[in-house]
Amino acid sequence: METLGKVLMIDYEKCTGCRLCELVCTVKHDGISNPMRSRIRVMKWESEGLYIPMSCQQCQDAPCMKACPVKAISMNACLGRVEVDYDVCIGCRTCVSVCPFGAMSFNTVDRKVFKCDLCDGDPQCVRFCEVKALTYVDAGDVSLIKKKTAAHRISVAGKEAVSAYAAL
Amino acid sequence: MSLDRKIAYINLTTGDVKSKPIPVSIRKRFIGGRGLDAYLLYNHAPKGVDPLSPDNPLIISGGLLTATCASATARTHVMAKSPLTGLLGSANMGGFFAPELAWAGFHHLVITGKAKNPVYLFIHDGKIEIRDASGLWGKMTTDTQWAIREELGDDEIKSCVIGPAGENLVAFANVMTGIKNSGGRTGMGCVMGSKNLKAVAARGTMDIKIAHPMEALEFNKRFIDQITSAKVNQTQGTLGTPFIWGATNCWGGLRTRNFQYNQLEYADDIEPERLDEIATETMGPYHMTGCFGCQVHCRAQYRIPSGPYAGKYDEGPEYTSLGAFGSEPGCTSAETVLTGNYLVDQFGMDNLETGSIIAWAMELYEEGILTDKHTDGIDLRFGNDKALLKMVERICYRKGWLGDTLADGGIPAAEKIGKNSFDYLIQVKGMNNLHSDERATPALALNIATASRGSDHLRSRPAIDLYHLPEEVLRKIYSSPVPYNGPLSSEHTSYEGKAWMVFWQENCYMAVDCLGICKYHTTFLGATLPNFEDWPKVIYYNTGIEVTPEELWTVAERCNMIERMFNIREGLTRNDLKKGDTLNHRYFDEPCKRGAPDVIGMCIDREKFDKMIDEFYEYKGLDKNGKPKAATLKRLGLDNEPSRQL
Repeated sequence: METLGKVLMIDYEKCTGCRLCELVCTVKHDGISNPMRSRIRVMKWESEGLYIPMSCQQCQDAPCMKACPVKAISMNACLGRVEVDYDVCIGCRTCVSVCPFGAMSFNTVDRKVFKCDLCDGDPQCVRFCEVKALTYVDAGDVSLIKKKTAAHRISVAGKEAVSAYAAL
Repeated sequence: MSLDRKIAYINLTTGDVKSKPIPVSIRKRFIGGRGLDAYLLYNHAPKGVDPLSPDNPLIISGGLLTATCASATARTHVMAKSPLTGLLGSANMGGFFAPELAWAGFHHLVITGKAKNPVYLFIHDGKIEIRDASGLWGKMTTDTQWAIREELGDDEIKSCVIGPAGENLVAFANVMTGIKNSGGRTGMGCVMGSKNLKAVAARGTMDIKIAHPMEALEFNKRFIDQITSAKVNQTQGTLGTPFIWGATNCWGGLRTRNFQYNQLEYADDIEPERLDEIATETMGPYHMTGCFGCQVHCRAQYRIPSGPYAGKYDEGPEYTSLGAFGSEPGCTSAETVLTGNYLVDQFGMDNLETGSIIAWAMELYEEGILTDKHTDGIDLRFGNDKALLKMVERICYRKGWLGDTLADGGIPAAEKIGKNSFDYLIQVKGMNNLHSDERATPALALNIATASRGSDHLRSRPAIDLYHLPEEVLRKIYSSPVPYNGPLSSEHTSYEGKAWMVFWQENCYMAVDCLGICKYHTTFLGATLPNFEDWPKVIYYNTGIEVTPEELWTVAERCNMIERMFNIREGLTRNDLKKGDTLNHRYFDEPCKRGAPDVIGMCIDREKFDKMIDEFYEYKGLDKNGKPKAATLKRLGLDNEPSRQL
């Protein structure tokens, strides 16, 4: 399957803080607008211009999966996501407590836990994010992009060092 | 559902709070946002009310589509009778407040009365609390917002607030939200200050049901693609609105040294590219930010690079800050522009009015009408950066004779200063013009002369008139949704057909303000952006309301007419220099001294201008004096106003 091994990658430096991801998430899943019920949330430090989108990391060894007392949470290898089986879930919110990213939430309307399901392979947050702070990429490529950015930094630093040396 | 968002009436004198649903029948007539605000103002403000009296209603609202899936639905509207103009007070800002208000259950707040001590409102999921704000009084705009979050223990609270300028009743004080989003024009912060109301805080977790979610989502994607594919928006997303300032300055369309020139020379340090460099150096390569749901992301983030405020964080500067702290006072330093922008944002004061009024004082000082005695020894000559920034602070805190005088706004200041100072004041209806120079562009001159809130570019400016688009393109835009077969000219110096363009834009901007969408998402700076044909679909998918483009046009006409009726009731007459639809004599008498060949030597022809006003009145259904004809009121269903239905 095409989505095998794909992950949601967040490059927070590019985030403009507009929160469209939150809006489209709730429109897609629940037919509503309400950020409280969004699976992705942008955490903001407005006085510093810092915006960081937070969503489920789809952990391989997921604490939520481990902690669930009724084994309602499992890894769907095909879609590369951790998912909740609502027929089994008892709504105890243990998963909410143990998630290190705050990615598992509790919906006070339906009284159920909820988390990112990657929109079954077509994440709407990614589709609408024009600045590409959110991308949906092959897991293997994640570090490649970071490598290239870091390499660029090194090359710039190298050039600066050379010119500083030349100026001496 | 957007339609179940309520209207709340808050009386600060008695502490009474009531809320009411908004009937669909009223929605269909006034939609929401600015249009419904205008209806509420006309119905709730007693005729001739003193703008600073408890009886002047302060109305804060979101639009019909606020927080729904319709590109950028972030706009907050603020309305009251203006202490600056004595006519319609109306200001619009981006940010995140209106969506939060909508999630908290409300679309409109009508605030009357006056609290005994400073208070703020906390609006939370259908509940409204009046809380003590004595600890917040005196705080700057951003600190006020962070202090409210701390007090209530919730970082997601969004507030609109006033700063010291609003508390000190500066006639052009802002209502602000976030770092720099400003309801800046016509002194709405002054009205808020007069009510002892420091802030309105909102926090909402109530669902807004989308009528047809999948269709709304798909249409929104198309909508956003259309909006972000416009070159003008792509440039806005990189350089922000300063790019307009840069382009206009090259061409010669900027009011410089009050109204002496129309181009600022030696401005390299404040060109958009230079400001972009500063933003990159201080905030990194991804320094643009946006309002709720918006993919245009037109504002830069920066830290002041040098000077006494070095390191301070702010957003902008916008087009208007470059005029206010650049071209108008004749200053050319980035540090000055960025510092001035920071100061007005913190004080909560209209950058545009502030810069313009100081530039006016500078011209008076150079002409000898103001002297060192008036300025307390400040050397108020053009190009004196230090004097400029000092005056910003003096106005906010009403320090010294001149600071206190200018804080009352242009016309009262001119009356106090006397001599022929009024002749130098570039204002319409008591509100100073922004820094653009309209002498080479009759359409834009008509726009500022007739805008409902006084000299202003966001009420009816046909900005695309400057692009020299082929006539077929203009005709395609301007003959829909209602037919137009009259003349249209691609030439920006022409007077032909311009009245219709201004009339069309006036309705377009009203519609967008009713919906709560930003003007960068409609026919303002880009000719390919959505308007009347597209909105009915967005409205239907999000709210389920069915409305045709023609009906929406009529709604816009109706809302503009009720604003006009308010202005007429408060004393607007056609040729009144202080309360009319006319321009300072310098527009007619002083030709442009600088600029491109199609600008230099230009000024407005009085006779042709008057004819344009006649045509404009005709389109609007007004008589020769600018008063609505009985038949027009009947056609728009306004013959029984005030109808007191809300």
